Amino acid sequence: MTDLNRYTVNIIIENKPLIRDPEGETILRDLIIKNGITEVTKVKTGKLLKLEVNAKDKENAKKIMENMCNDLRIFNPVVSICKITVSSDS
Amino acid sequence: MKIAVAVFPGSNCERDTFNILKHNLRIDTDLIWHKESNLDNYDAVILPGGFTYGDYLRGGVIAAFSPIMKQVKKMAEKGKPVLGICNGFQTLVEAGLLPGALMSNISLKFICKWTKLRVENNRTAFTNICMKNSILNMPVAHQQGRFFIKNENLKHLIDHNQIVLTYVNNKGETSNDINPNGSIMNIAGISNEEGNVMGLMPHPERASEPALSPLRSADGLLIFKSMLNYLKKA
Repeated sequence: MTDLNRYTVNIIIENKPLIRDPEGETILRDLIIKNGITEVTKVKTGKLLKLEVNAKDKENAKKIMENMCNDLRIFNPVVSICKITVSSDS
Repeated sequence: MKIAVAVFPGSNCERDTFNILKHNLRIDTDLIWHKESNLDNYDAVILPGGFTYGDYLRGGVIAAFSPIMKQVKKMAEKGKPVLGICNGFQTLVEAGLLPGALMSNISLKFICKWTKLRVENNRTAFTNICMKNSILNMPVAHQQGRFFIKNENLKHLIDHNQIVLTYVNNKGETSNDINPNGSIMNIAGISNEEGNVMGLMPHPERASEPALSPLRSADGLLIFKSMLNYLKKA
């Protein structure tokens, strides 16, 4: 496994735009707006998975992650989207 | 006739379910650990309620990848009755045996209370001795029970008569204020097209003995007795 590089991968799982997110709505209404920070108009909550991945290159790391997210239902495609970002480990 | 009640790490309603089947209905029933890879000797399988794998990531998603689920899928394909209660419903959805998604309750609260359910479809393996539109009393106890499905798939669900149970008020009407968790169309339970796979959020096993019901009812028994009726006819 000498040719592999290590990457840090962030997977963010959040609800699709039209799916209600009561946690985000509550944070916006009862914490942010009620405390006078009226500049904020929307809050969405989600889940962050942070992974360390060994792969040939960035593209390969992303491909492995995309397949994993689909095969292992890391997100539920009915209601959620997942965003994958890969960065080199420094 | 032999029934399997699957047990995953974090299941907690398996003994209640087992008790009703074994001691109340006197059916040969086994608790089966989720690593079991052969259910050929069983005529039906029940996935009980609980918090498998601590509901990590989402309720039911990790359990959906347990070895036993391959067998559960095989049984579903063969037309054998497969019932998912609460967390078991979530697991069936995550395993792709039932459509849609079960999301956090709109109130974000854990809800534990008795509900009234209307039987929308009495032709499934688990409702066939119920009258259509009859009202069943059963408790819910969940935090992720808000059933959601895309509009086009909802239409498919309606067209194929897959909505089995809905939350209703005392008059038997669906209304927003009686909806405990924000489920689309007040849905409490659905089935596959064939009607042999059903998932529901309410707990029939907690509603099967009058002594345990504030209404002295035992409506949950109808779900299990329907399953037996279905198996007798099969």
